[in-house]
Amino acid sequence: MLNSSIQVKGLQKSYQKLHVLKGVDFEVEEGSIFALLGSNGAGKTTIVKILTTLLKQDSGTAAVNGFDVAAKPDDVRQSISLTGQFAAVDEILTGRENLIMIAKLRHLKNPREVTDDLLNRFGLTDAADRKVSTYSGGMRRRLDIAMSLIGKPQLIFLDEPTNGLDPEARIEVWKTVKELANHGTTVFLTTQYLEEAEQLADRIAILHEGKIIANGTLADLKKLFPPAKVEYVERQPTLEEIFLAIIGKKEKV
Amino acid sequence: METINKHYFSDMGIMLGRSMRHIFRSMDTIITVAITPIAIMLLFVYVFGGAIQTGTDNYVNYLLPGILLITIASGIAYTAYRLFMDMQRGIFERFHSMPIARSAPLWGHVLTSLVSNAISVVIIILVALMMGFHSSAGVLSWLAVAGILALFTLALTWTAVIAGLSATSVDGASAFAYPIIFLPFVSSAFVPTESMPSGVRAFAENQPVTSIVDAIRALLSGQPVGNDIWIALAWCVGIMLVAYIFAMRVYKKRV
Repeated sequence: MLNSSIQVKGLQKSYQKLHVLKGVDFEVEEGSIFALLGSNGAGKTTIVKILTTLLKQDSGTAAVNGFDVAAKPDDVRQSISLTGQFAAVDEILTGRENLIMIAKLRHLKNPREVTDDLLNRFGLTDAADRKVSTYSGGMRRRLDIAMSLIGKPQLIFLDEPTNGLDPEARIEVWKTVKELANHGTTVFLTTQYLEEAEQLADRIAILHEGKIIANGTLADLKKLFPPAKVEYVERQPTLEEIFLAIIGKKEKV
Repeated sequence: METINKHYFSDMGIMLGRSMRHIFRSMDTIITVAITPIAIMLLFVYVFGGAIQTGTDNYVNYLLPGILLITIASGIAYTAYRLFMDMQRGIFERFHSMPIARSAPLWGHVLTSLVSNAISVVIIILVALMMGFHSSAGVLSWLAVAGILALFTLALTWTAVIAGLSATSVDGASAFAYPIIFLPFVSSAFVPTESMPSGVRAFAENQPVTSIVDAIRALLSGQPVGNDIWIALAWCVGIMLVAYIFAMRVYKKRV
């Protein structure tokens, strides 16, 4: 890979006796959408927290936009944005106030213009001056992602961005993520929804029991699928089947 | 990093603005904070006051310092609550993954606590004035009172920060304030300690509230303050430093 936004080597992390990450390696190419796939508790959020400088790894290295996360956390924070698992929006403020607050914290010269722009782009102009506590789940998520875009970070982390959203809101978020990537932003996405990874990601890595057990494009992963079985209806394997099959194989070994 | 230090105070100001908006948009928190001390004040002045011998002609004058401390003690319960909610909702994670100083969000809460408690204290003093409170204190004495109350607020605020950061439930975050709200009742705030049985009296005379109440009372009535003010300041600064050190330790562990 020529330009990688994220380089992770031998990452390990334990919480007390629980060994969550047991040597994780992967790279994320600049400008791509990378999906980290895994079941609940697989350690996806732990990886996100380490990469966004919220948590320190026990061993191994991780570099984000060329900066080591442990040695240069301030440089990392300048170039990333995190949209965490729970919408990190201020419910008592209005949508507009939330955006202006972040724009000011990023020390932009024209917080109001940037805010108007994003409200427009995310279809929140009509709701801009309402308290966020009156927003629907999908609107909240859109605001959350809009807040992450302020200051044009090169890399955005989306930790389970569609968790708890209804199908319609989910499709809205997908649209947003695709647009981001079209604008050249690198997107690091975690999800437990296989369809989401299939829909969005250029590359997919599967995290299972603390290790990356598969990493590639959807086409690559499809090749790992066990040889065709005889069926009456011809169809492509879904990613869900691929996922379960790979995990099953690993566990037998 | 340089840019982070350069913007430290403006970042803190943004944090302060944010939580002050929270307070003004939920006026119920200010009202709740002010209403209980006012009720206690009314109860003690107009119901029990006639039976209490304090040696002063005006019981409101005697009572006010203790009421102010109760106000602050109930006010900081909301500081713990707001901090707890921020930790829960993930907005702190966003702040901490941004290029701003790590302690700025926390200091935003501490400053908010100072400002909102000052507002409650002013409300209580206005009500006391309507109830016949009067003071012969000059500007310097009032400044000294404000200083003591600010230090008391900071000492309790840092205690509240520990509670807000380490609580596992909303109730837990604010429950720590109840014993503190109760402390003035076992002090010289409502009745002279001389009237208490010896064991209770020993506790009352040696706990922080009594020296703080006595110092404020002396300042407001234009009496010589004596040693009380130094004991009061020592308590406030002592509690503040210990609480600050522990709070920072918890904060570093949590973020």
